[in-house]
Amino acid sequence: MLVMIAIVERFRRLVETVQDYTLFTIETLRCCVGRPFYGREMMHQLHFALIGSLAIVLISAVVAGQALAIQLARELSNSGAKSQLGHFMVISVVRALGPVLTGMVVASRMSAGITAELGAMRSSDQIDALVAFGTDPIRRLVVPRTIALLIALPILTVLGDALAVIGGGFVGMQYHLSWESYWIGALQFLTPKNVMVGMLKPFFFAILIVTTACWKGFRSEGGAKGVGVATTESVVIASVGILVTDVICTRVLFRILGW
Amino acid sequence: MIEFRDVDFSIEGNPILMGVSFRVPRGKTTVILGPSGSGKSTILRLLLGLYQPDRGSIFFDGEDLTRVTAARLREIRSRMGMVFQQGALFDSMTVGENVGYALLEANGDEERDVEGTVRQFIELVGLEPELVDRMPDQLSGGMQRRVAIARALAARDPIVLLYDEPTTGLDPQSGERITDLIVHLRDSMGKTAIMVTHDIADAFKVADSVTVLEKGRVAFDGTSAQLAHAQSPFINEFLAPFRKAILAAQQQFQMAPGSPAPPAASSPEGGRA
Repeated sequence: MLVMIAIVERFRRLVETVQDYTLFTIETLRCCVGRPFYGREMMHQLHFALIGSLAIVLISAVVAGQALAIQLARELSNSGAKSQLGHFMVISVVRALGPVLTGMVVASRMSAGITAELGAMRSSDQIDALVAFGTDPIRRLVVPRTIALLIALPILTVLGDALAVIGGGFVGMQYHLSWESYWIGALQFLTPKNVMVGMLKPFFFAILIVTTACWKGFRSEGGAKGVGVATTESVVIASVGILVTDVICTRVLFRILGW
Repeated sequence: MIEFRDVDFSIEGNPILMGVSFRVPRGKTTVILGPSGSGKSTILRLLLGLYQPDRGSIFFDGEDLTRVTAARLREIRSRMGMVFQQGALFDSMTVGENVGYALLEANGDEERDVEGTVRQFIELVGLEPELVDRMPDQLSGGMQRRVAIARALAARDPIVLLYDEPTTGLDPQSGERITDLIVHLRDSMGKTAIMVTHDIADAFKVADSVTVLEKGRVAFDGTSAQLAHAQSPFINEFLAPFRKAILAAQQQFQMAPGSPAPPAASSPEGGRA
């Protein structure tokens, strides 16, 4: 009986948590339109998200692209289809690996930063002070971060994808595949549909990363330890959430596109 | 002006306040006194609408805050200036931006327009106007608390000031300066104020009336002079370390009932912090 009560209680808390996060996300999206809009804060966050994440995203894209290209080039060479390397690289990077990799890298950096900052603001009463001075903390703190990442993540994804695919060309040359042959295959599959599949995902990832990080920061309690726990949780939730969202997006988009 | 009527409040089933009732007349300073964890700060958060009571009513100028719309609550809130426990200055903003925050935010004023007002309020709390460009972490704890008071005062000329443990964590001299400032603001500007503290010396220095909380219930509600003579076991225990000093101070100043006594001693925890 006690076990049953404990299970019911856990389930109730889970439902309440999901409900709380859902309402927080809906409120954030609702506040993305209308006034007041904190443009200066948004620009500051855009700089933090875009310029701050650029190096780490590009390095990750080059390294992961090279690793993928080496694997593909070897297998394709063995089966006499190394001319297909560009094709496989574009499909793999643009549709799947690029958005997920960029999302994960940005999530690990941004989630931790946002949750720690907002958690510290929560524990030092700064968020309550905003409310006391008549400011909506979601409009002031969450919306600028959301819009900034909605702009930054697709740009970072494009740059990461480009670098990963270009890197694949250099790997192809090591396997005696000419630069031209690689790009003929690559460009042939760089179709609007493939690009769309890859470019829709960053928007969902951006919303997931920011809302999770801000929600965790807003709800953190228990001082420095609580902020630490919230930071860890936000990175974990965002990372796993990106993988789950990727699967859902892929299935939905494939169904829509009739693939 | 402000009235709590039979207010209950709990967090996740744990009762924080139970049947709390008291009144704060216009232009007077009420001190909410009590040991740590007695629910003092919760009262200020309920008044600001940061929390909703489980039961009871909270009146502000005759309006029940538990029944007003969110928009009306924001309007009422704009008439209160809150000084949070550790100052709660926005650490990404300069001192000037903190003090001018409400003016820039609510009135949509330009920074250059509020510059004079900001300097005026910084001077009012006894700080150098040159501090406007400093960041909060470049100031001492006492200076941060003064900036927080300046920010509360600058907030659209509030008619009520709320102080949450304004001297906690400060050295005795800094704490003394803060309470002197609170008394000065009360006497010179006549603002209604509620100060939450566990420091009895601060309470006697500042209060027109005192409400003592014990585990979420009102254990005493009256003037500081009445508190000095209150005889309940909890009050006796709470005031015991100060009883002699309070009576000595009363004799020295021949304090009339209802008038605040001068500060007589440090807190039961051995100091202001």
